[in-house]
This record gives sequence, structure tokens and C-alpha cells, in this order.
Amino acid sequence: MSDHPPRIGRRGFLAGFGALVATGCSKVAESPITQSLFSAAEGWHKTVHRALADRMALAKEYPRSAISPTFRGNGSLTVDTDFYRQQLSAGFPEWRLEVRGMVDTPMSLTLENIRKLPQRTQITRHDCVEGWSAIGEWTGPQLSVLLDAAGVQEGAQFVVFRCADTLNGDDYYESVDMIDAYHPQTIVAHMLNGEPLPEKNGAPLRMRIERQLGYKHAKYLTAIEVVSTLDQIGDGKGGYWEDVAGYQWYAGI
Amino acid sequence: MKRHALSTRVWHWLNLLCVVILFMSGLNISNAHRYLYWGDYGFSPADAWLAVPRFPGWMTIPDYYSLAKARDWHILFAWPFALGMLFMWVAMLVNGHFWRDIRTHLAEWKPRAIWHDIREHLRLNFDHGEGNYNFLQKLAYGVVLGIVLPGMIFTGMAISPGFEPAAPWLVDMFGGRQSARSFHFIFAWGLFAFFVVHVLLVLVSGPIRQLRDMITGGTR
Repeated sequence: MSDHPPRIGRRGFLAGFGALVATGCSKVAESPITQSLFSAAEGWHKTVHRALADRMALAKEYPRSAISPTFRGNGSLTVDTDFYRQQLSAGFPEWRLEVRGMVDTPMSLTLENIRKLPQRTQITRHDCVEGWSAIGEWTGPQLSVLLDAAGVQEGAQFVVFRCADTLNGDDYYESVDMIDAYHPQTIVAHMLNGEPLPEKNGAPLRMRIERQLGYKHAKYLTAIEVVSTLDQIGDGKGGYWEDVAGYQWYAGI
Repeated sequence: MKRHALSTRVWHWLNLLCVVILFMSGLNISNAHRYLYWGDYGFSPADAWLAVPRFPGWMTIPDYYSLAKARDWHILFAWPFALGMLFMWVAMLVNGHFWRDIRTHLAEWKPRAIWHDIREHLRLNFDHGEGNYNFLQKLAYGVVLGIVLPGMIFTGMAISPGFEPAAPWLVDMFGGRQSARSFHFIFAWGLFAFFVVHVLLVLVSGPIRQLRDMITGGTR
């Protein structure tokens, strides 16, 4: 026991001040006004990005020499089903990519079908929301080719990507609007650095949406679903991380 | 004439709020990946030039780890911060504050004069004539207003993949995306260092009068 009265030292003062600001912020953060300001700010960023850069302007493409020595896998690193294991070892003979929803001609494509489409190869940088980056060469058909082949119907607003993997028991999915869906660098990649897509990077198929952060680039892709609203998909926020953790739907920062 | 123009005072306090929220939410974001790299890519601690410490909850907004909520605060307060900076620069150029008070003159860049300024600062003697800033003040405010604060904004834009196609040269100028991210951290801590020195100097140079003048404007 000390006879001295409690003293608030410098560290204690800073901690107290920090806690005051932080708890104040937590209270403010929960208010509906702040919540709507948060989503408004997200929308301002999207609007300004699209106003300043042409909607079709390309993300930077790099020379081969810039490719990073390995390409980090993050989030789901595999799909925990017997079907996936068996397909992975056999080269995905029975894997199907469905194109469905608001399209005139729903399709169910094999990997062979996808390889026969016109291909785009791009060496681009992947920026994770956490902060790291990796550079790789991706090959696959543009999403616009698939959408045009299926015939997108009037009133379609979003493209939802359905995935085979689950994280913490929930299905992974993501979505973009039609502008990002039709961007020339939005491709359904089946190759990374000239090899079939590795397991940790989303084999056999993943999205590449180069003007967005990594969590948009859905892996283990099974279906492309064209919809008019995201309300009925998952919890209605447009993606796994958006639903589970409140991530920003517009992932271009 | 007022010692501080209304535009300076409004910007000063708005900027303080923005900088505190951006800094504390930035520390939360930093906790998501605590390594800094040079160049265009980097994802492995082996490639990092710096492993950043994990910042405790009392330093971050929110006060627990949440990348989504920290980014909400960061993305929202980037707007008043950046627009405020733009406003302050226009105001400083128009009302003469920049030309009169902040711009240094060639004659001031003399080692002897600078050494004299440093000695006077160390003696806590801030009496350096009416109204004007001394050389060190001009240099500090000039660097913060001209390099560090705009640097925060431009490096922030450079690490936005959605913005990059609008100005790819901006990313190249900083030496790549991960370099821009590193500079974002360096500028943030530079600003923190300025904040500490700034507050200390206010405390030793008549804090009540300084605070009052930054609220009411004071008189020259």
C-alpha cells in the first residue's frame, strides 16, 4: 500500500485522453447520422474516382520483370470439400461456371469452354485492404465477353460472384456494379504467371477487378449472377466482408 | 489587425480535429499489416524495411481492432482534411499570410542566424520582434503546410487503386505503391513530431494567451 495519493502520470494522462476520444468516437460512430455519413463518404470517393479517371481507364500494367517472386494467398486458402479435393487433383474436369440471373441465355461453362474464349493477359498489382501488395500475371476472358454472350437484361445493376469457399461458416461472395463489371481489366482468371491458378489463389477460377482492393477479387468462382438489387443477397450489403465485418462495398478506397 | 486571421483560426481547429481522428484511426489500420516496404509490392516481413509496433487500443479509433470501422473514420475525415487544406492554401495566398509570415527569404538561410535562432529557442526566449515568425517557425510551418499535410493527402490518393488510373504518375513519383504507403506513415509520424513540439512551445510561451489568440484572433 502506498501513502501517496494516486497520481496521473504523463502516460496515464495520454491513455485517459486517448480513451476519452476513442470511447467518444465509439458512441458517435453508432449514431445513425454518423453511419449515413460513413456510407456517404464512401460514395463520394467512388464518384470522384470515376469523375477524375475515365471509367475505362486502366489500372497500371507492369513488365514481366516486376512480377513478385511469389503471390501471397490470403483469406480462404482452399475449399474444404471432398468434391474440391477430387477436382483439384484431377484438373477440375467437372467444375462449372454458371452465368445466371437477369440474362437472356443462362450458361454453364466448363474450364475448356472458358479457355477457348478470347483471352486477356495482364500483369497487375493486387492491393490488399490490410496494406500489402503483390504483382502477378493473370490470364482469362473478360467478364464483358461472358455478360455479352449471355445477354444482360434491362434493369440489371450488379454482378454477384458466387464462390465455393466458406469463411467461418459463411459462403464467400462479392459484387460489383455494371461499370466495374464491364471494365476491360475485369477478367475471369484461370492462370497466374502462365500456370493454372494455384489452390491458395483461388483455383480453378477467380475474379480480377484491378481498380478495387483484394476482397473484391472473389476466388473459387462457381457462378456469375446478374441482379437488379443486392438486398436479397446474403445480408444485403453486397459481399462476405461487407456483411460480416462492415467493410466498405466500394473497395477502391 | 488580428494576429490570426479568421480563416487561419477556423482551419486550425478543424484541422486539429481531422488530424487527431485520421492519426488514431490510421494507427488502427496500421495494425492490419504492420510492415512497410519500398517499391511496388511487398507482403512478407522478410522484404520489409520496418516492422511497425502494434498500437494499443487507447491509441486507436475505434479502441479495439476493427479495420472496417477505422477505415470508415479515415475515409470520412479525409474529406474535411483535404478540403480544409485546399481552403487554407487559397486563404493564405489571398490574404497574404503566406507571403508575409511564412515564406522565408534567402537572407535568412545563414548558418549563423539559424544557430542564433536555435539558441534563443533553447533558452525559451521567444521575444523576436513584433508579429513576425522567426526563421525556425517559418521553416516548421512552411514544411508542415507545404510538404507534410499535402503529402498526407497525395500519398493517401496514391494508395487508392480506384484513383490510380487518374494519375498513375503520382504513384510513380513516390516510387511505387508500397513506397507511397511508407511515405504516408513517415509523414504521419512527422506530423505527430510537429504536434508534440508545437504544443510544447505553446506551453512554454504563454499558453493561455496563445490559445485565446487562436480562438479570438488576438491583436498584433
